Amino acid sequence: MSRVFANPTNLFLLTALAMLAAFPWFGESFYVGLVVRIMILGILAMSLDLLIGYTGLVSFGHAAFFGLAGYLLAIVTPETGPVSIWYALPVCLGGAALAALVIGWFSVRTSGIYFIMITLAFAQMLYYFFNENMELGGSDGIFIFYKPSVAIGDFQILDLGDHTTFYYFVLVSLILVYALLRVILNAPFGQVLRGIKINEARTQALGFSTFRYKLASFVIAGTIGGYAGFLEATHNGIMSPDFLGWHKSGSIMMIVILGGIGTLWGAVVGAFAMVFLQDWFQELTTHWLLLMGGFVIFVVLFLPRGIAGLVESFSAFLTRAVSRASDKDAP
Amino acid sequence: MTSILQIKDLSKNFGGLAAVDAVTLNFEEGRVHAIIGPNGAGKTTLINLLSGDHKPSAGRILFKGKDITTKPPEAISQLGIGRSYQKTNIFPSLSCLQNCWLAAQSRLRSSMRFFRPAEAYDDVRSRAELALEMCGLTGRRDTIASEMSYGEQRQLEIGMMLATEPEVLLLDEPLAGMGTEEATQVISLLRTLAQSHTLILIEHDMDAVFAVAEMLTVMVNGQVLETGTPDQIRASKAVREAYLGEDMEEMTP
Repeated sequence: MSRVFANPTNLFLLTALAMLAAFPWFGESFYVGLVVRIMILGILAMSLDLLIGYTGLVSFGHAAFFGLAGYLLAIVTPETGPVSIWYALPVCLGGAALAALVIGWFSVRTSGIYFIMITLAFAQMLYYFFNENMELGGSDGIFIFYKPSVAIGDFQILDLGDHTTFYYFVLVSLILVYALLRVILNAPFGQVLRGIKINEARTQALGFSTFRYKLASFVIAGTIGGYAGFLEATHNGIMSPDFLGWHKSGSIMMIVILGGIGTLWGAVVGAFAMVFLQDWFQELTTHWLLLMGGFVIFVVLFLPRGIAGLVESFSAFLTRAVSRASDKDAP
Repeated sequence: MTSILQIKDLSKNFGGLAAVDAVTLNFEEGRVHAIIGPNGAGKTTLINLLSGDHKPSAGRILFKGKDITTKPPEAISQLGIGRSYQKTNIFPSLSCLQNCWLAAQSRLRSSMRFFRPAEAYDDVRSRAELALEMCGLTGRRDTIASEMSYGEQRQLEIGMMLATEPEVLLLDEPLAGMGTEEATQVISLLRTLAQSHTLILIEHDMDAVFAVAEMLTVMVNGQVLETGTPDQIRASKAVREAYLGEDMEEMTP
């Protein structure tokens, strides 16, 4: 345990986590709601980082799974009352996983620019499907009047309509998704993904059917992306085609790049940075997108490992400084 | 001796060029079979066909009598045919152990294992460490591959192949770029491996070839010029004219 605390990066993450856990006690309710949205974005961005940062698959259609699961929640929620989470969640996750299986089956056999284009094309197909579908509200979107109920029989376990409860529900989800991805990446499966990312041809020559591993990674990422969509739809109470457009896919990718590719937690930090920067730039000027673009260019050029890389470098600097100081103290 | 790998009328065309042109060969089990020939003779292409990295334009490849002509590289690796590459083909950002680890892990029945940490697989660890020991890199266990000398990377290349526990080793110029000391080490490794494996070897270092090979095939322009024991090849007039030339004088006692 003391080794965990000896690493400044871990200290930073634990402090950030403690602040997140305490936030509903002192934060204004508007900001509590905003942080919920950011944490959901963080979950979505972590799932994309599994593809970009750990499998080497740059997906430009990741919002598809996010939006699809959100729409599925809207579809299974009746207008007269809440849907049970035990029914809604499997439908949303299953739908996202199935979509990822189909899209992945076609796309992961390609690479580079072709992979980017195929994932984008599939996401756009889904976008237009929901955009043109008047039953589902077309471009205006569709309301979800009731948040899913979490109950066994008549006994209510959680009230997702309660802001504080939902905040912690999302925070715990964030932690569990992070832990799940870490476990997967440390397991033999994760070792194969790392091999694929560094040198796919060699991984194949060693006897791995890389297609199957890339597809599995794509399905896992899509399912987690779907979980984020389920949370977003629950939080928002409305789903519209914008949630699966290419703008959305692009902004998730920017979050991953901003936070630091291939770090997982960087994706969450990136989500915070993205939303707060956007907020700040919007206050400064109506042409805030220009500033945002400039900032992303700055990060790509000067911080190739993103904010997470910056934190890690600073952490290494501190560790060295501390060890030098203690060397001096030694006789 | 029984043949473990047979190729029949195997061809590979790149555009109009026949890199491998109707080659028929038998590789016998437990033998060291070297393929020599000038640059552009089609030796590496032949290895690429055997390992599944290239698909043949015509002809058949049989492994233990079974047709493996159209199998992908991962299936051929799983059958027990391992290869090392002429151009170093490793995971540069990983340590030596991690490189061999992934190779060793490929012998689990499946790596679709999501929960138990990879380090907990003791059989994978011992296979990876054995491979490191065999290729002489135990001392470099935790060194990042890209930070090692070219020769050491070549050794790692062989180590990774060994970690997949193949029966047949396809070695594409294993000595290329190695210093004398490293080369001597690898030659003695090849000798050790030859006792329990079938080796198919491409090599330009003629001293090494004649030191380890029991069978030799000379390729020129994608075709087999001659196959035989080292003595037969030394004595062959056709080989002498086409390829070995001057070098032969020095090698013949």
